[in-house]
Amino acid sequence: MRRTSKTGQRLFAVFLVGAVLLNYPLLSLFSRPTDVAGVPLLYAYVFGVWTLLIALLAAAIERTRD
Amino acid sequence: MLQGWVIVLVSFAYLGVLFGIAYFGDRRAARGRSIIANPYIYALSLAVYCTTWTFYGSVGRAASSGVGFLPVYLGPTLMVALWWYVLRKIIRISKAHRITSIADFVASRYGKSHFLGGLVTVIAVLGVIPYISLQLKAISSSFTILLHSPAIVMPAKAVARPFTQDTALYIAITLAAFTILFGTRHLDATERHEGLVAAIAFESLVKLFAFLAVGAFVTFGLYGGLGDLFERAHQAPELERLMTVSGGGYGTWAFLTLVSMLSILFLPRQFQISVVENVDENHVRKAIWLFPLYLLLINVFVLPIALGGRLLLGSGGVDADTFVLTLPMAVRQEGLALFAYVGGLSAGTGMVIVETIALSTMVCNDLVMPLLLRWKWLRLDEWPDVSGVLLLVRRLAIAAILLFGYVYFRVAGEAYALVAIGLISFAAVAQFAPAILGGIYWRGGTRAGAGAGLLAGFAVWTYTLAAPSLAKSGWLPAGFLEEGLLGSDLLRPQQLFGLTGFDEISHCMFWSMLANVGLYVGVSLFGRRSVEETSQAALFVDVFRHTGALEPARLWRGSASVEDLLRLLGRFLGPERARETFLAHARRRGLREPGELPADADLVHFAETQLAGAVGSASARVMVASVVQEEPPGLEEVMDILDEASQVRAYSRELEQKSRELEAATAELRAANLRLQELDRMKDDFMSTVTHELRTPLTSIRSFSEILLDNLDLDLDERKRFLGIIVKETERLTRLINQTLDMAKIESGSAEWHAAELDVREIVLEAVDATSQLFRDRGVAVVRPAPGPWPRITADRDRLMQVLINLLSNAVRHCPPSHGRVEVRLGAADGQLRVEVQDNGPGIAPADHEKIFERFRQVGDTLAGGPRGTGLGLAISRRIIEHFGGRLWVESDLGKGATFSFVLPLRAPAPGVAVERAAGTAV
Repeated sequence: MRRTSKTGQRLFAVFLVGAVLLNYPLLSLFSRPTDVAGVPLLYAYVFGVWTLLIALLAAAIERTRD
Repeated sequence: MLQGWVIVLVSFAYLGVLFGIAYFGDRRAARGRSIIANPYIYALSLAVYCTTWTFYGSVGRAASSGVGFLPVYLGPTLMVALWWYVLRKIIRISKAHRITSIADFVASRYGKSHFLGGLVTVIAVLGVIPYISLQLKAISSSFTILLHSPAIVMPAKAVARPFTQDTALYIAITLAAFTILFGTRHLDATERHEGLVAAIAFESLVKLFAFLAVGAFVTFGLYGGLGDLFERAHQAPELERLMTVSGGGYGTWAFLTLVSMLSILFLPRQFQISVVENVDENHVRKAIWLFPLYLLLINVFVLPIALGGRLLLGSGGVDADTFVLTLPMAVRQEGLALFAYVGGLSAGTGMVIVETIALSTMVCNDLVMPLLLRWKWLRLDEWPDVSGVLLLVRRLAIAAILLFGYVYFRVAGEAYALVAIGLISFAAVAQFAPAILGGIYWRGGTRAGAGAGLLAGFAVWTYTLAAPSLAKSGWLPAGFLEEGLLGSDLLRPQQLFGLTGFDEISHCMFWSMLANVGLYVGVSLFGRRSVEETSQAALFVDVFRHTGALEPARLWRGSASVEDLLRLLGRFLGPERARETFLAHARRRGLREPGELPADADLVHFAETQLAGAVGSASARVMVASVVQEEPPGLEEVMDILDEASQVRAYSRELEQKSRELEAATAELRAANLRLQELDRMKDDFMSTVTHELRTPLTSIRSFSEILLDNLDLDLDERKRFLGIIVKETERLTRLINQTLDMAKIESGSAEWHAAELDVREIVLEAVDATSQLFRDRGVAVVRPAPGPWPRITADRDRLMQVLINLLSNAVRHCPPSHGRVEVRLGAADGQLRVEVQDNGPGIAPADHEKIFERFRQVGDTLAGGPRGTGLGLAISRRIIEHFGGRLWVESDLGKGATFSFVLPLRAPAPGVAVERAAGTAV
């Protein structure tokens, strides 16, 4: 029971992280006409955060299986 | 060169494959070997979220506003993190109450209200129709464009054609037929369609691969990878601005994220797939990360395709919404273009099929059936079998919804890009959020509040978003947009009350949510609740807790007959199925046939739940009420039962807590008792050992004295020897008594201690001198410690001497008589002074290293003739060393001698205490 509620809390934390990283004002820091490895900074940032969120979600879910 | 018949053939072949999969899925489900009962299929079927909007529209959006296409996918990614709480709860509630649509969910939560069910249905149908028309538009334009290949012709003129030649109409008809075949082949009380879900999952794979194929082709085929593509885009100034968020874009971004977060839960098709078609609540777990992964993958190539399209096709006449199709065509990749078309078809059909099935269930259960049942003239409640009517209503609903979709497409279709149409629908379904989210977390939400909120939100949506969309297409006077209703500036639909600086979606969301949430909360707080609402609110909000304590059946009382209930169920499910259902229920309760079932509250509740699956909770309530005599419980009574349930819960929690505390206390007591018994036993042991030890020398003294007394004529030498033994034994007796007293003193803490600064080597030499007679007697050599300087320590001189003498005599006793050797060493390290006494005796087995420090434990044989120890020396020594904060131990192996070592801290840990205590006791 305790493990279950911990999963929910972890997921909620992931939600908060995503909501903060993918909104104004943090988002505006990356809205610049520069490139990272040939990809515009904003796109690299958004897709990077997106990947990170999925990884965190997977970690939160799969952790409780062991 | 693609012929028209090839495209048509491929389209129908694709639909045929879908139907095959669905058929196979249903067959397997009927045999109880579900092919969709795994989390991967569940996650894939959730991707019905990605429609032609995603497939074609995202690229169009990206080509005009850059990052603007992303929030619609980032919102769901954020929302899935909350699924753990929200979606699981909705699924649990829906399964418990056999809820089969979002309208039924709202109706059931607010006291099985016909009004709310109907209202939600109307909002859902009107709100989602633009979205369905979007699919028709996308499929028909992709078909038209492909038909004209290799030339790239925009299908803008399609609307101008008479509708008999309009491909969109034929597509709508085909899809309607297909959906009817798919979704309403038979009536199921759970409204689950396993085959359909399998087909949708397959469609999700097709559209993903088609999109990735086009994306990879554009990025790596037409250009030299992402770097090359962006490099070229940088050189085009009009593309440069797509790489950043423009000034006011953050507000739109946030609102779009919010709208799509709500849509992923409340779009009728998402509710159908994620809740109604859910096989196992645990599948949600994997979907929480697999579904966002799908969204990420299908979006990776959106921007490259948009940029590639803008670079290659320019902005001259080619609609960016069609780049996915026109880019492969422009470079004569007809196979890829056809694959892209099939991908778009799969995106469109998947959405249309699931959405219309979900809507038709709502229309049938929450709109049409309640009306038909009320229509006295029809006498529907006397028909023997209504299941045919249900199916007919659903089929008609599907056809009607697609027809409306087509009409909207003819009316407003060309005025908007794909994404803009879809967002209108998103804003409509977002209106369900307050009633549903409030409904599952807040007991206080009432029917009146939910109704007021929904009506207000829907009205604002109509005025600020739906009406303008018609006005822009010329179906309402255009002046309405510019001048506002009745010519009032304040009522301009897209700058309501003069609010500017918002885009139309954010504008609508702001006002509609303000009205919706405001009225929902306000009316709920100031209104009253009925009995039914109160009990339903409790059952919904506390669904995770009520599984044992509060059965819904407890909230009902009345009487009914099994026959009546069976007949009622038979009319809606068909007599055969109804009988089977009752039989299964009877078996679960350990009975042989339905006739044996008691007609109690439990059975009535069971029948109502089954019926709710088929006709919706509100109608089921009415139907069941018509065949049973009910005594509806009063509000007071319901509140009592609910209170009782929560009190019982609280009470049992308290009891558990108490019993846990009690257990802990018992365990402590038991441990204390064990310790006491142990101590008692030790005391007894000690007493008996001491008496035994005292008796040994006494016995020998007595027997030798008796010999002397009885044999007065013994010669002098013999007499001397016996008297010597007697003296020695007396000494031993004295030593034993002294040491026992000493031990008792030390243990009780009343020993006298005189702490002083000492030179250890000096004491060692003194101790060696004191025992030199022993050494000489046994012919044992002694090696004294090396001269200092050694650090001085604080200890009691006499006590330390006692320890050393103990160790030395102990060593001598165990040395072999002729070549014995005892060495005393000193050392200082780590703030400690170390003293070692090493002998070359027989050694001590490792198992006995600790035992020898126990009282009266003498290990092994003392060598014959040697002075015997008292068995207390080492125990006392250890106590003394520990008293000064040091440690005494032995290192030895059998046959290799033994080394007794002790260390003393150079600064006593609490010399003050020791000195004080010594002073105190010395007085």
